[in-house]
Amino acid sequence: MGYVLTQSGFSELVKSLESQYRIFAPVLKKGAGRHLDTDVVLYDFVKSAEEIELEHKSDYAFKEALLPMSETLFFFTEQQTKEADLDERPVLVFLRSCDLHALKRLDDIYLRNGKEIDPFYKRRRDLLHFVLIGCPHAFENCFCVDMGSNLTKDGYVFSIDSAEEGEDTVYRFEVPDASFNTFFEGAGGTKADVQHTYVTETKTRVRVPEEVPQAVMKDALWDEYTQRCIGCGRCNFVCPTCTCFTMQDVYYTDNGRVGERRRVEASCMVDGFTNVAGGGQYRKTKGERMRFKVLHKISDHKKRFGENMCVGCGRCDDVCPEYISYSHIINKVYDASEKVLQAKNAEGGEENE
Amino acid sequence: MNTAVTNANPYIPFPSEILDVVKHTQKEYTFRMKFEGEVRPGQFFEVSVPKFGEAPISVSGIGKDYVDLTIRRVGRVTNEVFEHYKGQSLLLRGPYGNGFDIDLYKEGETVVVAGGTGVSPVRGVIEALSTMDNAKDKYAIAGFRSPDDMLFRDDLARWKDRLNLILTVDRAPEGYEGNVGLVTKFIADLPLRDPSSAKAVVVGPPPMMKFTIIELQKKGFKDENITVSYERKMCCGLGKCGHCRVNSTYICLDGPVFNYTEGKLLMD
Ligand code: SF4
Ligand code: SF4
Ligand code: FES
Repeated sequence: MGYVLTQSGFSELVKSLESQYRIFAPVLKKGAGRHLDTDVVLYDFVKSAEEIELEHKSDYAFKEALLPMSETLFFFTEQQTKEADLDERPVLVFLRSCDLHALKRLDDIYLRNGKEIDPFYKRRRDLLHFVLIGCPHAFENCFCVDMGSNLTKDGYVFSIDSAEEGEDTVYRFEVPDASFNTFFEGAGGTKADVQHTYVTETKTRVRVPEEVPQAVMKDALWDEYTQRCIGCGRCNFVCPTCTCFTMQDVYYTDNGRVGERRRVEASCMVDGFTNVAGGGQYRKTKGERMRFKVLHKISDHKKRFGENMCVGCGRCDDVCPEYISYSHIINKVYDASEKVLQAKNAEGGEENE
Repeated sequence: MNTAVTNANPYIPFPSEILDVVKHTQKEYTFRMKFEGEVRPGQFFEVSVPKFGEAPISVSGIGKDYVDLTIRRVGRVTNEVFEHYKGQSLLLRGPYGNGFDIDLYKEGETVVVAGGTGVSPVRGVIEALSTMDNAKDKYAIAGFRSPDDMLFRDDLARWKDRLNLILTVDRAPEGYEGNVGLVTKFIADLPLRDPSSAKAVVVGPPPMMKFTIIELQKKGFKDENITVSYERKMCCGLGKCGHCRVNSTYICLDGPVFNYTEGKLLMD
């Protein structure tokens, strides 16, 4: 079930979709990357097919569609508060399999953690529809297969794969949501049996421990990161499953009583994340913060919600200015966990416990 | 105008009338706030001051139509509250967190050990203990930095007559007549009949809690009979912002009150 389109057909398609949806997709920005003269793939609202980056993995995740880096929650005057308005047009988000899996983790926190549904998240979430970008091959730091996020079975309205065929680029769409058929018909699509591509192996591999024993939290393996990590937080900001924020008040005039409350993205790696009034602070060293972050991703979230938080997109490895490899840390945690378990088993055998 | 929205959106605070203000020290006041609804000691509210932000403040007292919030002037938000509270109302969100279950301490011997601002969240617990029939089996050890730092002087005077209160200060000027020393000093000598079944509640700064628990264990207390309350940065109180998380636990949702068998596993 699906369609095949030519380059011009794809342009037509996006044009007609754009008349009904805002389209949020990866976009290549030349020369805006981590180093001088390197490119970066960001998310942005686009108007045409030509703007959409389908080849490279995005350096940042789609999560801004739900959690803008800075979001105004409400405005206040002396005695009133008023929720900030929102553009209520539906949004089509182009993303890859790992990111669609990440959506479930965002939902865990914002819709399922505690009694309250987050209304600011929910109102954006309700507007989103997803377009799955196929992955014919894995990128350098991806380890989605080991995290079980390489395959997506539902949750997308259609998929997109592009391939060079001779001189031309051909676009293939699997369309599980039949209500989108008219868009493809309108763009001159040829009906075809299409299935989106996905990877089944990655160069980067991780071994995720079934359970991380408490002793591993105190293991010396974390100390290295107190030395190496500079606490810049970039690994959090690019991560599709990092969800933390801090509240911030902004006032327009100094004596006027008009202002707004915002929430801004926060990072557990950056100083101040845990500071309490009066000077208390938890996890002072970068090593402790690394442990906190890594174990959240591969153990703590799972204890609470049944699935690991990390989806193996590899963006944190791509972005780290200190070349710290998070996937490597997972493997170290695995080894340390095994060691503890083996020691325990040996002991248990003797004591018959 | 926005009442419907206010009810639906947990981030939007509601105005609450200030009924009374009790000044304990230069830096610590208790604000009696109008509030009708279910609330437990040990829970907390976010006090919201537009332009300055929000601060989590634990409930230090509960009445039929009010809650007491003991606020310590230590930052931007609380500064502003102290400067401008004469505006007669404050904006609040909450209550959040689980709070203490008083019923656990009804029977048998109970010891509450609290240090400094840690006395606020257990004030309601001590108050409840002091009115129980078996109040002679109830102990409270309250420690403050110095005589000038004491909170709830009226309550302390009242409690002294009803249960076994040990009031102590870390240091005192010469000539001070009361106890001087850390709260931990008084645990070994508590005249308990059966420490192995006695209950304890421990709240205070992290090092104080750590050493208090060690003393309680030495005395014969069982971990499962110890209740603790943890302070963390509570930014949203709703399980979303992530600031209060420790391991798979969200202090704002699952705590701040924990049985120590659970609490001891939390590792920052
Ligand atoms: S922790 Fe790293 S690899 Fe895992 S989802 Fe976040 S950015 Fe991707
Ligand atoms: S791991 Fe790297 S990206 Fe993350 S905070 Fe440390 S230095 Fe920054
Ligand atoms: S205070 Fe925000 S998650 Fe607990």
